[in-house]
Amino acid sequence: MTIYLDFEKDLAEIQSKISDLEGLPDSSSSKNIKNEIKLLKSKTVDILSNLYADMSPWRKCQVARHPERPHTTDYINYIISEYTPLSGDRNFAEDLAIVGGLGRLGDTPVVVIGHEKGNSTESRLKRNFGMARPEGYRKAARLMKLADKFGLPIITFIDTPGAYPGKGAEERGQAEAIARSTQTCLEVSVPIISIIIGEGGSGGAIAMASANTLIMLEHSIYSVISPEGCASILWKNSDKMREAADALKLTAQHLKKIGVVDKVIKEPLGGAHRDKNKALEEVKKTLLEELIAFQKIDRQKIKKHRSDKYINMGSLSNL
Amino acid sequence: MNWISNFVRPKINAIFSRKGSSETLWVKCESCNSMIFHKEFSQNLNVCPSCNYHMYMSPEDRFRSLFDDSLYSAIDYDAPEQDPLNFKDTKKYTDRIKDAQRSTGQKEAISISEGQLGGMKTIIACQDFKFMGGSMGMAVGNAILEGVKRAVKNKSPFILFAAAGGARMQESVLSLIQMPRTTVAIEMLREAKLPYIVVLTNPTTGGVTASYAMLGDVQIAEPNALICFAGPRVIEQTIRERLPEGFQRSEYLLDHGMLDKVISRKFLREELIKLIYLLKNQPPPIRGNITESDGPNGRDS
Repeated sequence: MTIYLDFEKDLAEIQSKISDLEGLPDSSSSKNIKNEIKLLKSKTVDILSNLYADMSPWRKCQVARHPERPHTTDYINYIISEYTPLSGDRNFAEDLAIVGGLGRLGDTPVVVIGHEKGNSTESRLKRNFGMARPEGYRKAARLMKLADKFGLPIITFIDTPGAYPGKGAEERGQAEAIARSTQTCLEVSVPIISIIIGEGGSGGAIAMASANTLIMLEHSIYSVISPEGCASILWKNSDKMREAADALKLTAQHLKKIGVVDKVIKEPLGGAHRDKNKALEEVKKTLLEELIAFQKIDRQKIKKHRSDKYINMGSLSNL
Repeated sequence: MNWISNFVRPKINAIFSRKGSSETLWVKCESCNSMIFHKEFSQNLNVCPSCNYHMYMSPEDRFRSLFDDSLYSAIDYDAPEQDPLNFKDTKKYTDRIKDAQRSTGQKEAISISEGQLGGMKTIIACQDFKFMGGSMGMAVGNAILEGVKRAVKNKSPFILFAAAGGARMQESVLSLIQMPRTTVAIEMLREAKLPYIVVLTNPTTGGVTASYAMLGDVQIAEPNALICFAGPRVIEQTIRERLPEGFQRSEYLLDHGMLDKVISRKFLREELIKLIYLLKNQPPPIRGNITESDGPNGRDS
C-alpha cells in the first residue's frame, strides 16, 4: 500500500479507482473494465512523469523523506554479500541509528556504514529516526579505522535528518564525535565512496560523507540545515520551508552542477520507493563501477585525492 | 513625545550623539548590569571587574592583547566568489554581508594575524561573532587554510579563537563542506607536527564546534562560554524538559571531559606562551621578553 504525498492527490484518486475496478467480480472478463483500467494506468504514468520531471526542491525533500523509501539496511541486504554487522563504539554504547560492518561488494571485501531510519514505528524509535548520538559517530570512526588497517574500501550510506540534539548527546560530546568522524574520513588511506540515499542532513551527514566520491540519488537532498530549521531562523516562520528549500539549493541536480556531488543516480519513475528493486540494482551497479575505478589508483594517492578535492572545492574559484 | 523632548532633545542629542560618546564612556555588563568605566573595561580586556563576565572582544583587540608589544601583521586570504547561490531570505545575502562589513569594518567573519608570542612566531586566527554571528562560510575556510599554510611554512604554532553561530546558512552546502575542508587544514598541521591550540569563546556552536574547533591538541575555553553542537533552545524543544543550570557552558564541558581547561582572559597570554614552548619542545622563553608588552588594551602583569 503506497503512501501518497500531498502533491500526489490525483494519483491516489486514480489508484483507488483502479483498485475499485479490479475488485469488481467481472473485472477479468469484461473488456470495458480492462480497457478502463489500462487507460487509468497509463494516466498514472503520465501524471507521475509530469510530477517528477521538474520537481520543486521542497517536493524533493518530501520524496527524500518518504517513509517507504529504501533505507540503508535494504541497500546493504541487496548489495553486500556475507554482510557481517559489527557493533559498538567501545566507549559507551551501541547506537542503532548507525549500522555497519564487513561484507563483500562484488568479490571485494569492504567496510560498509550507514544511517538507518527504520521502517515501522517500533524500529524508527529503536533507530532514533536515523539521528545518531556521539556513540554512532564514534562507531563509524572505529569502523573506518578498521577498514584502513586492513586496506578495505569504505562504502557509506547517508540518510539522516541530522545528528540528535539531545541532552546526553551534548554531554558526551556530539560536536567532538562528529569532528573526529569527519577527521577519520579524511585521514584513512582507503577509498571512501558515499551515497546519499535520502536525507543528507548537515553535520550528521558530512561526518560520514567526507568521501573520495560523493553520489546522490536523483530525489535525495543534501543541506547545511533542514528547510524548516532555515525558515524558522531566517524567515522567523517555519511555514516558509518551501522558500527555504528553494534558497538552499539542496537538490542533487544543483549540487552536481556546482561540483559538490560527483554523480547522480536516476531513480525509477515516481521515486525509489515505487520500484525498490530497480533502485537497489542501479545503486549496486554504480557502486561496483566506482569501486573498480578506485582499485586502479595507488593507495598512497587516495588520501591526497580526497584532501585536494576538499581544498579546491570550497572556494569555488576552481569551478 | 512632549514639549520637553521636542525642545530639549535636539540640544541633548547634539551633546551626546557625537558618535556614541556615551557608549565610549560607560559599558554595561551584559551579565550583572553594572556600569563599567570604558577605560577600566578595556584595560580589563572586556571582562566585567565585578562579576568576571567575559564580553565580546574584537579580533583586533585580541591580537593587541596577545602578541608581544601588540605588534602583528594581518595575513590576507582569497575572497571567495560572493553569493554563488544567489541566496535571498527576507534580505539578500549580499546586503547582509555589506551591512556586516559596514558595522564591523572587517571584510569577513575571521581575521588572521602573524606575530611574536613570547618571542615565538605564531599565527593566531580569530573569529568575529559580530560579523554575521561569526558564521563559517567559504571565506572562513579560505582564511583557515591560508593561516595553516603560513604556519606550516614558518613552522609556527597555530592558535584559533573560535566564536560562531555555526555554518553560514546563506552558503548552504558550500558552508557545510567547510567542515571537511578546514579539517584537511588541521591535518596539515598534524602532519607538520605543529601545535594547534583552540580557545573557545562565547558562543561557539553548530558546524564550527563539530569541526576544527574541537580538534585542537589543547582545548581551552574562556569562562562561562556557550559551547555546543545543538543550541539549548533546540534541545529543550526536542526533549521537552528544562536543561540544568550551566548546561553547555565552559565549566560544564570541563566537568564532562570535553575540554582541557577553562582560563580567564587575563591569564590566556601566559598560558598560550607556556603551551607553545612545551609542545614545540623548547626551553621556556626568557621571562623579561614576555611580560613587558602592555598594548593599548593593557594587561595585568
